[in-house]
Amino acid sequence: MARVAGVDLPPNKRAEIGLTYIYGIGRSRATSILKEAQVNRDSRIRDLSEEELGRIRAVIESQGEIEGDLRKRVQMDIKRLMDIGCYRGLRHRRGLPVRGQRTHTNARTRKGPRRATIAKKKAPGKK
Amino acid sequence: MARSVKKGPFIDESIRKAVERIRSGAARPPAIKTWSRRSMITPDMVGMTFGVHNGRRHLPIYVTENMVGHKLGEFAPTRTFKGHSGTKAEKSSKVARK
Repeated sequence: MARVAGVDLPPNKRAEIGLTYIYGIGRSRATSILKEAQVNRDSRIRDLSEEELGRIRAVIESQGEIEGDLRKRVQMDIKRLMDIGCYRGLRHRRGLPVRGQRTHTNARTRKGPRRATIAKKKAPGKK
Repeated sequence: MARSVKKGPFIDESIRKAVERIRSGAARPPAIKTWSRRSMITPDMVGMTFGVHNGRRHLPIYVTENMVGHKLGEFAPTRTFKGHSGTKAEKSSKVARK
């Protein structure tokens, strides 16, 4: 099992795909890392030699924030927005879309599951 | 789309002047009143208070270091959300029944 950048152990996928299991690495970054580490991106993770893995680790290390550090920074950025009381911060606080999307309909990703309004109206009547 | 770095930050002339006046030791007003919500906050505005117009009145905004790079308007919300009509009616009816 290959362990890169702490907790991640991608299985028998292609190296290019396996690396994307790390938070902060997507397809394009995975490809560039493998290129720089001179590892064939089509070889399976399980087939990688310990030496190849070492090169990948070194490249990832040199590229900066990943996993916990990156998550922490994103959280800090959001917290900063909320603390200074700017519009984007207010939207984060209320759990509404931040970038000017419509909220009349949709926006379910930010707002979460629908709340049934009709059921709510009936509830006080039963009392 | 971000603004071209070449142009530098946009600050309204009126604000630029007001900031300069205070920088150079003029009496500090309680708040620099402005309608220019589109102006970017620069590092030399830190510690000043702006009265940013929200369409109705000038909200006092105390500028801190973290706010640099944002626009003044971001700190003076233009809309007041008082809740939906349905939820309000429900609340009042609940209170009435109790």
